[in-house]
Amino acid sequence: MPTSTTLAVKAAMPRLQRGPGAFIRAARVFLRDRQAVIGLLIIAITGGAALLAPLISPYDPLTSESVGRLAPIGTPGHLLGTDEQGRDILSRLIWGGRASLLVGILPTVAAGIVALGLGLLAGYLGGAVDHGIMRGLDVFFAFPLVLLAIAIVGVIGPGMGNQMFALAVVLVPYSTRVVRTATLSVKPLEFVEAARALGAGNGRLIGCHLLPNVLPPLLVYTSTLVGMMIVASAGLSFLGLGVQPPTPDWGVMVGNGRLVIYRAAHVVTIPGVVIVITALAFNFIGDGLREALDPRARR
Amino acid sequence: MIVYAGKRLLGLVPVLFGISVVIFLTMKLIPGDVARALLGPMATDQSLAQLQNALGLDQPIHIQYAKWLWRALHGDLGLSPIVHKSVVELLLPKFGNTLILAGASFLLAAVGGVAVGVLAAARQQTALDRAAMGASLIVGNMPPFWLGLVLIVVFAIDLRWLPSLGMYSARGPGGLEDLLAHLAMPAVATAAAPGAIIARMTRASVLEILGQDYIKVARSKGLSERAVLGLHALKVAWPPILTITGLQLGYLLGGAVFTEEVFGWPGLGRQLVSSVIARDVQVVQGAALFIALSFVVVNLGVDLLNLYLDPRSRPA
Repeated sequence: MPTSTTLAVKAAMPRLQRGPGAFIRAARVFLRDRQAVIGLLIIAITGGAALLAPLISPYDPLTSESVGRLAPIGTPGHLLGTDEQGRDILSRLIWGGRASLLVGILPTVAAGIVALGLGLLAGYLGGAVDHGIMRGLDVFFAFPLVLLAIAIVGVIGPGMGNQMFALAVVLVPYSTRVVRTATLSVKPLEFVEAARALGAGNGRLIGCHLLPNVLPPLLVYTSTLVGMMIVASAGLSFLGLGVQPPTPDWGVMVGNGRLVIYRAAHVVTIPGVVIVITALAFNFIGDGLREALDPRARR
Repeated sequence: MIVYAGKRLLGLVPVLFGISVVIFLTMKLIPGDVARALLGPMATDQSLAQLQNALGLDQPIHIQYAKWLWRALHGDLGLSPIVHKSVVELLLPKFGNTLILAGASFLLAAVGGVAVGVLAAARQQTALDRAAMGASLIVGNMPPFWLGLVLIVVFAIDLRWLPSLGMYSARGPGGLEDLLAHLAMPAVATAAAPGAIIARMTRASVLEILGQDYIKVARSKGLSERAVLGLHALKVAWPPILTITGLQLGYLLGGAVFTEEVFGWPGLGRQLVSSVIARDVQVVQGAALFIALSFVVVNLGVDLLNLYLDPRSRPA
């Protein structure tokens, strides 16, 4: 976790070229990266399948099928078999992508937005505000991330909404550090000084000059966090603290399958493979973004 | 160095204070009244007021905090209303069990990760390097609970080599051998992801050192590749590797919660989860305090060790 902070902070050097040219250049670098494109494709497939679940899912994810419980992989009509309640595993994977991707992505993005505000304020204003914000967040670093999320859910109660809230809270300190470091590296540059000399106010300086230079490192950092959050949120749901059954979710599927692991291992292994592949894909995208947005990281 | 260590220790005071405030306030944020929860729905207003008075709940919040902190500092974290036991008494043995699991996993992750990382760096751009890095990428993204279940399927169900649950066999001889057999799978499942990250970071930091001028000098002196790596590169690469390894400890402790649950390991993480589900706030609070304190101590240890090993990190 903190290691990715350092990586993102390394990527935090400002890029001074802006405009559509810079965007196209970055997109070109990203698309030339084979791993990044594979990652994007995987997310397009899992995300697309989740979005189109009502159209493409072969069966209802909540009702038992006539082939019975624990049908093995390759059962006619049920490509990936059925689970402990006789529900089609493929259909549950497709529908499960909705909850699993949402609880992985939404908290990370929400934490990024909060961190953007806090980090810009701390970095730009400095002094007592900076000190207050950063020392306050220091307390959160004293807890291992996942354990803190579990403790927060313990206080506010299990459930999908609370799970997302808890994950967002624990991510804010990490993302804020990235934004603050990036802000500090842009703030003393001449173009900011020049804008100030031309009479730009604090709002304009932050919004028009600091923000565009702080966003790329935050984007890189956030994209690597999403993969980790897919795994972490699946973990909370596995423990029964997140998405609640019978709602299909990859973590819930592993958790339920655990009870029948002695008779049908595929009920557990299949959703786990999907979690690993999805997390891996987000990592590929994060690496690709880093290369595209940080010229120094290019191989 | 002693001055720095002293400063670092002093810097912990506000952090520890913050931790205690956060943990205390979370208890206060919980909807519902503690006194009412203890007395049940049939309680009269008079008995409620009496109990609130006895528990000090009618006092201002800063007084309540001061009293709570005073008791906590004396090793009193209150009683669990669910299991009717002192929180400290309940958590201490579990904490010990978690230390065994975390210690074994950390050793495994550190030794394995560093070995793989150094080997991959030494054989840069070979099939071995690519295989090691590919594997570490996949393993690094595996959920620990899922890896644990896969290990159970392979080693406990199919091969019948290892026990799948608990810390000791119920009817077995007990002892170290039994413990190690029960420890093997949970330790591997907990160590896998942090170990993979350590391997990747170790490789990167060794490669960075191998590109430096003094290494070229050592090579041009005619030193063997083994001597260059062992005597010159690793000496300098060691401190950052140590820092990276230390930083994985939090990640490892988080993963241990899941493996404790999967393997029925009677540790702090498993207790935390069951207390969360039972909504036993006293125990959740106590466990959070235990975890935060040990995490802070470990981070301090890593910092000081780094300072001792790497003169460059000492402030002038």
